[in-house]
Amino acid sequence: MARILLQSKSAAVNPLKSSQPLGAAFAFLGVDGAMPLFHGSQGCTSFALVLFVRHFKEAIPLQTTAMDEVATILGAADHLEEAILNLKNRTKPKLIGVCTTALVETRGEDCAGDIANIKLKHRQELAGTEVVLANTPDFDGAIEEGWARAVTAMIEGITRSGERARHPKKIAILPGCNLTVADVEHMRDMVESFGLKPVILPDISGSLDGTVPDRWVATTYGGTSVEDIRELGTAMQCIAIGEHMRRPAKALLGLTGVPYVLFQSLTGLQDTDRFVSLLSSISGAAAPARVRRRRAQLQDAMLDGHFHFGGKKIAIAAEPDQLFQLATFFAGLGSEIAAAVTTTDRSKILEKVPAVSVQIGDLGDLESLAVGADLLVTHSHGRQASERLRIPLMRIGFPVFDRLGSQHKLAILYQGTRDLIFEVANIFQANQHAPTPEALDPLRNREISHERCSPPLAGQ
Amino acid sequence: MSSLSAKIKDAFDEPACDKNRGKDAKARKEGCSKSLTPGAAAGGCAFDGAKIVLQPITDVAHLVHAPLACEGNSWDNRGAVSSGPTLWRTSFTTDLTELDLVMGQGERKLFKAIREIKHTYAPPAIFVYSTCVTALIGDDIEAVCKRATEKFGLAVVPINAPGLAGSKNLGNKLAAEALLDHVIGTVEPDDPGPYDINILGEFNLSGEFWLVKPLLDRLGIRVRACIPGDARYRDIASAHRARAAMMVCSTALISLARKMEERWDIPFFEGSFYGISDTSQALRNLVRLLVRKGADPEILERTETLIAQQEAIAWKKLESYRQRLQGKRVLLNTGGVKSWSVVHALMEIGIEIVGTSVKKSTVQDKERIKQVLKHDKHMFESMAARELYAMLSEHRADIMLSGGRTQFIALKAKTPWLDINQERQHPYAGYDGMVELVRQIDLAIHNPIWSQVRQPAPWDCQPDLIGELPCTRNETAYLFDEFACATAHEC
Repeated sequence: MARILLQSKSAAVNPLKSSQPLGAAFAFLGVDGAMPLFHGSQGCTSFALVLFVRHFKEAIPLQTTAMDEVATILGAADHLEEAILNLKNRTKPKLIGVCTTALVETRGEDCAGDIANIKLKHRQELAGTEVVLANTPDFDGAIEEGWARAVTAMIEGITRSGERARHPKKIAILPGCNLTVADVEHMRDMVESFGLKPVILPDISGSLDGTVPDRWVATTYGGTSVEDIRELGTAMQCIAIGEHMRRPAKALLGLTGVPYVLFQSLTGLQDTDRFVSLLSSISGAAAPARVRRRRAQLQDAMLDGHFHFGGKKIAIAAEPDQLFQLATFFAGLGSEIAAAVTTTDRSKILEKVPAVSVQIGDLGDLESLAVGADLLVTHSHGRQASERLRIPLMRIGFPVFDRLGSQHKLAILYQGTRDLIFEVANIFQANQHAPTPEALDPLRNREISHERCSPPLAGQ
Repeated sequence: MSSLSAKIKDAFDEPACDKNRGKDAKARKEGCSKSLTPGAAAGGCAFDGAKIVLQPITDVAHLVHAPLACEGNSWDNRGAVSSGPTLWRTSFTTDLTELDLVMGQGERKLFKAIREIKHTYAPPAIFVYSTCVTALIGDDIEAVCKRATEKFGLAVVPINAPGLAGSKNLGNKLAAEALLDHVIGTVEPDDPGPYDINILGEFNLSGEFWLVKPLLDRLGIRVRACIPGDARYRDIASAHRARAAMMVCSTALISLARKMEERWDIPFFEGSFYGISDTSQALRNLVRLLVRKGADPEILERTETLIAQQEAIAWKKLESYRQRLQGKRVLLNTGGVKSWSVVHALMEIGIEIVGTSVKKSTVQDKERIKQVLKHDKHMFESMAARELYAMLSEHRADIMLSGGRTQFIALKAKTPWLDINQERQHPYAGYDGMVELVRQIDLAIHNPIWSQVRQPAPWDCQPDLIGELPCTRNETAYLFDEFACATAHEC
């Protein structure tokens, strides 16, 4: 069981986190016709927007209530009202996802009450548009929690409650924020290949997959439909992926009685086997030939790849569920998790991370813990540490702004695990050092042989 | 907050700004940033603006006193380049948690954070940024910075520009105020000279100031401080001993230029290094100011010689693009000086300007654009995304030059696009920079993808497949005649 080490510094150095409202907006972006709205000052929105755009290379719908000094002192309910009405008139969204920020939460505003009033007052004007609130102050949590709160808010706010007639082939899937567009697409194919009908919430594969529409659309185009969210209660079974999706899965269970199964990770042979068995037992169908073929390919990739993984020291910084997903992947191929850094101590998954300890911290912590590691695994902001430590960086998670196509990288189920093995093994091969007489000299000073790296810039 | 409101009031009263002077007292009081419409606003906040102006100072530790979002979502995101120190790219934030806020530990955490940075990185200065939440809970960053300065013996500078104070533009101005109050004039240089200048509002994006600096070096002009591009703290602290200044990005730092003139008698002019004639004019104005301040007038002639040489080289290089770019239609959708600065050179080689945004342009700018473009209708304040998309998808322009904000409108309309704002990948300043800009326009317009991505999908156009089947006698098929026809018959 990993020991959780809490942060003791006062100055965070090179943050690992992106903010909680950004995570909530991310989830709302997986809904068709959606418009996320930050309740805060315009900068909160602008920063998140720029980060999304840099990651996805797409125009991202995201708006702000534009709180100013007066609103900060006197209350911002009228700003919220004006913003919702403006958005409704200008962009006709099917969903407005309100994400609160630290500013409005520090004021302690009753946003839920405000939204209830706005809905009541403008019932007719707002017809055809759902307005959902996620309480996501920046001073708490990070993307994972924001994402989970938004999904919970959508279920609680939109899904029809009560026990319903169940559709025997319908599966509700709640993917965590660490799944990419490619992951979601591939998972849908897999589920459909068993004759099942998946409803995925949020479905970023429909909205953030980078396509060229034939007209200008101000909201998202594609993703889970609001109608599908409303009808989630008719699913036979719910599958949640990632510990942070337990809360929305529980909300669905409480509201509609749809039972859930939670997969902490879908990367790796064993977890995929469990997933496939579950699909088989729900559908009553045997695994299709192409799924079997993929499994054999993964077995072979493990056999070919394990030479490169054994004994390697891996330093990972990621949000809790992604940290778990990757750490178990590397450990499962014989690597050692030399450093594990994450954003929050709230997640129950952390103690299961196969590392001696998990540091709650930032990329400054990663940089000091990763000295001597063979591979850094984190998002694009790890590039500075990678340069200074001269350790290759595998970019994962959010944001990845200095490489193209991160949304189309597959990392789950048989095929994604296979691809991931190849990617990592290739990084190791590309960075292999040819043997030198000095390095192999049996009489060399063995004490200093591991100190080739320059000391990191970050402290302690 | 009272001192902050005084600062804001001061920032909105700018005698050196024509636009500001044109307003009556009441309008001036409202400031130059338009009030924002909730649900229809775009752009950064005052904190963003302050950080943009100050962060390129390379050897300073920039510490953001805030919950995570202000710094966590925005760090290391700009294209300014350093020739030495890298500390400015290291991100520092107090990352306030709920507990910090509830327990009122903000100021204490800030002080400790300053101490940690001092011990670990020993920078010449730490800039501390206030933000919405820390302003709201009333953290007194000025007091903390004062105490830290005394205790740790290094400059700890409060940057009082919380996001809720207003727009990015206001933040630019408040950053300038912080430099005036706490930095400029605090260090006496031991080597002041008659050819020392300051460049204000140059950010060294993609290193583009390095396309200009060698020209100044050649003339014997020394850049005392370039604020903020590739700057060191000491350069800025001793900037008050320069003899003349050039202000590059007019909306951002005009108050800084004006106040430095008032306080230290440093004359300035507004100029641009974008475009060939503008670069030449900037060099001329600089040396004229220096001569006025006592430099040897022989520099005037040397400058003219250099300009003549450089212009000839640049025009010759540009001429080679004329054939490829003549008659191409450019839409310039960007604010500020950049618009008219490049227009002249583009038109000189036969490019047509079909529209330009004048959102951030001054009255003078607009006059100049009017003269150049002949049609007023080509000028627009701003264009809605939908309109812009329509214009581009109807191919009413061959390329759009703009900032990242409208990038995807052009790309989704399958129109060539070139970034000329802060995230751009190429340096465009000076003579070589203009040639680079034209080269990039050429590359963008003539990329072979455009004809491919505009092709309809096969299921939308039903091409005459029979004509393309291998059994017809085109050259390739002829070789495989028998085989191909046999296959076709089977189908």
